[in-house]
Amino acid sequence: MSATIESPRSGRIAPQYRRTGGSRGNFEMIAWLFMRLSGVVLVVLIFGHLFVNLMVGEGIHAIDFGFVAGKWADPFWQLWDLTMLWLAMLHGTNGVRTIINDYAEKDTTRRWLKTVLYSATVVIVVLGTLVIFTFDPCPVVDGVPLPGGFCPA
Amino acid sequence: MTAEIAEPASKVELPAGVGGGGEIPTFDVHMRVRRYNPEVSEEATWDDFHLTMYGTDRVLDALHKVKWETDGSLSFRRSCGHGVCGSDAMRINGRNRLACKTLLKDLDTSKPITVEPIKGLPVEKDLIVDMEPFFQSYREVMPFLINKGHEPTRERLQSAEDRERFDDTTKCILCAACTSSCPVFWTDGQYFGPAAIVNAHRFIFDSRDDAGDMRLEILNDKEGVWRCRTTFNCSEACPRGIQVTQAIQEVKQAILSRKI
Repeated sequence: MSATIESPRSGRIAPQYRRTGGSRGNFEMIAWLFMRLSGVVLVVLIFGHLFVNLMVGEGIHAIDFGFVAGKWADPFWQLWDLTMLWLAMLHGTNGVRTIINDYAEKDTTRRWLKTVLYSATVVIVVLGTLVIFTFDPCPVVDGVPLPGGFCPA
Repeated sequence: MTAEIAEPASKVELPAGVGGGGEIPTFDVHMRVRRYNPEVSEEATWDDFHLTMYGTDRVLDALHKVKWETDGSLSFRRSCGHGVCGSDAMRINGRNRLACKTLLKDLDTSKPITVEPIKGLPVEKDLIVDMEPFFQSYREVMPFLINKGHEPTRERLQSAEDRERFDDTTKCILCAACTSSCPVFWTDGQYFGPAAIVNAHRFIFDSRDDAGDMRLEILNDKEGVWRCRTTFNCSEACPRGIQVTQAIQEVKQAILSRKI
C-alpha cells in the first residue's frame, strides 16, 4: 500500500499573480524610447519657445493676440508649435499612462482612468492642432469685431 | 547499552568574569514583530519582545531567542543562518535585509526594532511568505545554460574577461529582498521583478549560452524590463551587493540594440 503525497506547491499559485497573457510586439520598448527621445527634443523646443516669447524684443509685454498671430503666420513657428504640442501631449500622456499602470491595483480602475486620459489627450491634440493652423486674431462674430486694439477697424 | 562516560572536569582554572560570553557587552533590545496566523485571525498584529542580547548577535539570534525561550509559535524561514541560502529575507526597520546578516548593534537599539515579512508576496504565517509567484518569474526566464553546439568532451572553456562580464549577477541567492522591495512589484505582482532579470542577465551575457535572444524576447514583455522605474530600491536591498539596477539597464540596452 502506498499513499501518494502531493508534491508541495506544484503549479499552485495565488490567482492574482498569474500573468495575464504575454504581449507580442515592442510597444513598451517604443514607449520607453519615445519618452527619452521626446524629452530631449522638448527641452530644446520649450526653452526656445520661452526665450522667443518672453526674452527677445519687448519680451513678455509684447504678447497679445497680434503677437501670436504674427508667429503663426510663419510656417517655421507653426511647425515648431505643432511639434511641441504633439510631443508634449504624447510625452505627458505616456507618463500618466505609466503612473496609472504602476498605481492602479484593479484592472477596471486602470481601464477607466486610461479611457479618461486618452479622451483628454485626443481632445487637446485635435483642438490645439486646429488652433495653430486656423488662428484668427480678429474674429468677427455676428458682424461685430471682438475688442482688441491691434485689429484694423 | 553502555552508559555514556561523563566528560572529565576541566583542569584549567578560570578567574571569575573571564571567558565565556561574559566578555561580550550585552544590551537590551525591544523587538516588534509582525504576527499573522490565519487559523486564529485574519488580522495581522504586532508583538513586542524585550530581550537582552550580546554585541555579536544578529536579528536572527533575537528571533531564535524569542522562538526558543519565549514564544515557540513564532514562524520564520532560515536555513544556513550565514547569508548564503537566502531564506531569511525580511523587512527590518522598514528595509529588506537578511536577518542573519544584520547585527543588532548596527540598528538603533534605543527604538523598537520592527521585523515584518517582505512585501508584495502573500503572507502565510508570521514572517513566512508564499514565494511561488517569485519563483514563477524566475522559471520564466529559463535560468539554465542552453547551448546549441555539440556536447563538448570536457568543460566549456571561457576567457577570464568573458566570465567577468556577468560576474556580478552570479552572486544572486534568490532571497527575494530585491523583488519585494520594488514598488512596481507591490502594485499587482505582475512585474517580472529584479531577481528574475538579474538571473536572466547572468545567462544573456554568458558567452557559452545561446539562448540570449529568447530571454531578451521574454523580458521585452509588457511586464518585463520596461516596467523598471530605476528607483534603485533593489540595489539597496540586495544583501549580496549586486548592482541590480545596472543589470536591468544592461538588459534594456541589449533589447534595444537587438531590435534597432
